[in-house]
Amino acid sequence: MTSLESSPGWHCIQTASASFEPLGARRLFLLGGIGLILVGMLFGDIFAVFVLHQNAAKVGANLARAAHAALAGNSFAVQTNFQNVGKFLENRGTKVDTHVHMTGFGYLALLLALVEPWIALTPRAKRGIAWIFLVGAGLLPVGVFLIHYVGLVYSPFESIGWASIAADFGGFLVMIATLACLAGLWRNFRSPARERVTDGLIALQDPVGRLLLAGGILLVLLGFLGGGYYAAVDLYSHEARDFDDLSQMSLAAAARNANAVDHALADYGQLQGEKAVKMAAHAHAIEFGLLAMMLAFFQPFVNLRDVWKRRWALVLLLGSALLPFCVLLELRYGLLAGGLADFGGLLVVVALLAMWIGILRCTGQWAAASQPRRGIPA
Amino acid sequence: MSAARRILLVGGLALALWGMGHGLWYAAFAEHQALNAIGSSLTAAFSGAAQRNAPRVNSSMQQYKEAKYVYDRQVDAHSHWIGFAMLLIVLAVCFDRLALSEKWKVLLAWGVLSGAVFFPLGVLLQTFSHGPMPRAIAALGSALEIVSLLLIAIAFARRPSPACA
Repeated sequence: MTSLESSPGWHCIQTASASFEPLGARRLFLLGGIGLILVGMLFGDIFAVFVLHQNAAKVGANLARAAHAALAGNSFAVQTNFQNVGKFLENRGTKVDTHVHMTGFGYLALLLALVEPWIALTPRAKRGIAWIFLVGAGLLPVGVFLIHYVGLVYSPFESIGWASIAADFGGFLVMIATLACLAGLWRNFRSPARERVTDGLIALQDPVGRLLLAGGILLVLLGFLGGGYYAAVDLYSHEARDFDDLSQMSLAAAARNANAVDHALADYGQLQGEKAVKMAAHAHAIEFGLLAMMLAFFQPFVNLRDVWKRRWALVLLLGSALLPFCVLLELRYGLLAGGLADFGGLLVVVALLAMWIGILRCTGQWAAASQPRRGIPA
Repeated sequence: MSAARRILLVGGLALALWGMGHGLWYAAFAEHQALNAIGSSLTAAFSGAAQRNAPRVNSSMQQYKEAKYVYDRQVDAHSHWIGFAMLLIVLAVCFDRLALSEKWKVLLAWGVLSGAVFFPLGVLLQTFSHGPMPRAIAALGSALEIVSLLLIAIAFARRPSPACA
C-alpha cells in the first residue's frame, strides 16, 4: 500500500475518480455545462458590444418618431414606427433569451454533475439522460435565436413559428432529463442502501475550491442585497415612471405639445437605462457567484498546476466582481464603465476556458500517486 | 445524506422543475398574447393621440399598464424560481461543511427553501391581486432568503468542517 492509499482522503479520491469516467454522465454534464456557459457568455459579450446599444438606439429613435407622428396627427406613421419598435424589441428579446437560457442550462448541467453520484440509475441510463439534456439545452437557445429570422414561415399556428416549436421541444427535452434525474434521486433516497452512496469529490478540501466557494457566496449575498434594495426602493417607482412617461408622451402628442413630448421621451430613455443597469448588476452578481460556488467543487478535476489553478480562480472572481460593479457605473461614466464591464466578462470567459481545458486534460491520471501536484491532491 | 441536505436537494430540484414547467406553459400559452397586448395597446394609445382622442389614449394606456405589470411578474417569478433552485442545490452539496448543529442546519435549510418558494409566489400572486398581501408574501420570502443566506455565509466563515457525502 502506498502512502497515498493509506492517507485519510484516499477513499474520497477513489469514489470521486469512479464518478468521472471518460464519457460518463458526470463528465458530460460538467464539460457540456461549462461549454454552454462559455458559448452563452461569448454570445452575450458579442451581443452587448455589437447589438445591444445599437438596438436600443433604434428602439428609442422609432419611439420618438411615433410620438412625433402622433403630434403631427399621422396615424399611419404611428403604426409603422410601432411595428419597427416591435421588430427591434423582438430582435433584442430573442438574443437576450438565447444568452440567458444557454448560460442557465449550463448552470443546471453543472448542478446535475454535482448530484450525479446520488442518482440511482445505471451508468448507461445516466449517460443517455446527459445526452438528452445537452441536446435540449443546445436546441432551445438556437431555436430562440432563430425566432426573429424564421418568423411564421410555413407555420401551422397563428402566432408560433417553427423556431419557437423547436425551442419549446428543446425545453421539453431538458425537462424530461431533469425529471429523470429527480426520479433517480428519489430512488436513491427510498433505497435501503442509500447510505452506501458516497461522493468523495464533495469531501475533498481544495484550497482553490475554498477560495471560489467563499468568493461565490459573497457575490450571491451582494447580488441578493442589491436586488432587495432595488425591489424596495426602485421597482414600483420605475413602474410608475414607465407608465407616466408613456402616458405623458401620448397625451402631450394629442394636445400638440412638442416640448412635453420631447421631455417625456428623454425621461423614458433615461428610465430604461437605469432599469437595465440595475437589473443586469443584480443578475450578474448572483449568476457569477453561483458559478464560482459550483466550480469550487470541481477544482480537484482541474488538471493544472496549483499555482495556475489559483490564478484562474482569482481571475474568475475578479471578472465576476468587475462586471456587475462597472455595469452599475455605466449611467455615470458611460462607455468607460461599459468597456470595463465587458473586460470583466472577458476575464470570466478566459478563466472558465482555462478550467474547461484543465478538466478536459483530467483523463484518469489523478489516481496515480506519481502525480501528487496535479488533479485531485494527495 | 443528512436531513438538511435532503431538504435542499429535493426542494431545489422540485423548484427547478416547477419553474421550468411554469416557463414552458407561459411561453407556449401566454407570452405571445401578452407581448401582443403590450404592443397593440401602445400603438392604440399613440394612434389615439394622432386622432386627438384623449379617452382612447387613456384607456389604451391602462391596458398597456396592466399587460406590462402581469408580463414583468410572470417572467420574474419564472427566473427567480429557477435561480433559487440552483442556489438550493449548490448549498445542498456543501451544507455539511457548515459549522452548525444539525438542528440549525435543518432550520436554515427550511428557511432558504421557504424563501425560494414564497418570494416568487408573492410576485406571481401580484398578477391576481394588487393588494398588500402578495407584496407582503414577496417581502417575507425575500427577507427569509437574505437572512438565511447571511447566516449560512457566517457559518461557512466560522470554521471549515470536513465531510464526506
